[in-house]
Amino acid sequence: MHSFGYRANALLTFAVTILALMCAMASLSDNFNSPTPSAQVQVLNINWFQKQPNGNDEVSMTLNISADLQSLFTWNTKQVFVFLAAEYETPKNSLNQISLWDGIIPSKEHAKFWIHTSNKYRFIDQGSNLRGKEYNLTMHWHVMPKTGKMFADKIVMPGYRLPQEYR
Amino acid sequence: MDWQGQKIAEQIMQIMLLAFSVIAFATGYIMSSFQMMILIYAAGVVLATLVTVPNWPFFNRHPLKWLDPSELEKHPKPQPSLNVNSKKKPVKK
Repeated sequence: MHSFGYRANALLTFAVTILALMCAMASLSDNFNSPTPSAQVQVLNINWFQKQPNGNDEVSMTLNISADLQSLFTWNTKQVFVFLAAEYETPKNSLNQISLWDGIIPSKEHAKFWIHTSNKYRFIDQGSNLRGKEYNLTMHWHVMPKTGKMFADKIVMPGYRLPQEYR
Repeated sequence: MDWQGQKIAEQIMQIMLLAFSVIAFATGYIMSSFQMMILIYAAGVVLATLVTVPNWPFFNRHPLKWLDPSELEKHPKPQPSLNVNSKKKPVKK
């Protein structure tokens, strides 16, 4: 502490150490938040449902997605990435996950939303198993904090069924 | 900066930074604003820098008292003794 340089160095290293501690505490404070998100999805219409020339089934559907993810946001949340996936089982794969829609929620004010949309990404099966297939729509989200570990969770909405015939 | 000043400077620096970090964290948490926490802490770091890094007169109130040169003359340095050579190997005769 005898010279300008040594004092500046001591202050800076101590300040950065404390900053790291504050960030760690901010990250830990997220554990006090117990989120209660909700999501509903309605399949309003099957726009078309057909077999591609290469033998894979493809569906186009209109969805009404509404969700309240406000409780996911804390003071340490930068943004939330959310995506809606169709999940079903086929003889070949025990779990198929097809992302139909996604979005980035930048703030708590935008976390309660509803959207009326056709599927953003194509719903194509690996094969021809979709006729009459029962599937889940699952709302997945990844919470991206300002400091600390990213974490993810999901809501599974079961009980959707595709039509028996192509249209 | 004298010895006492260095000690005070270090203590002031540590106390200021810790106090500002506690205030910043509490304010940020209560206001749910990470940005507010960073701003308050940054202000604290700047303030602590201004207070403790420059060599303010405040840190020089306890100068070391050296002996006067006249005092030195009264107590002359002991001269190196003349029998230094005794440690050397005795010269063969």
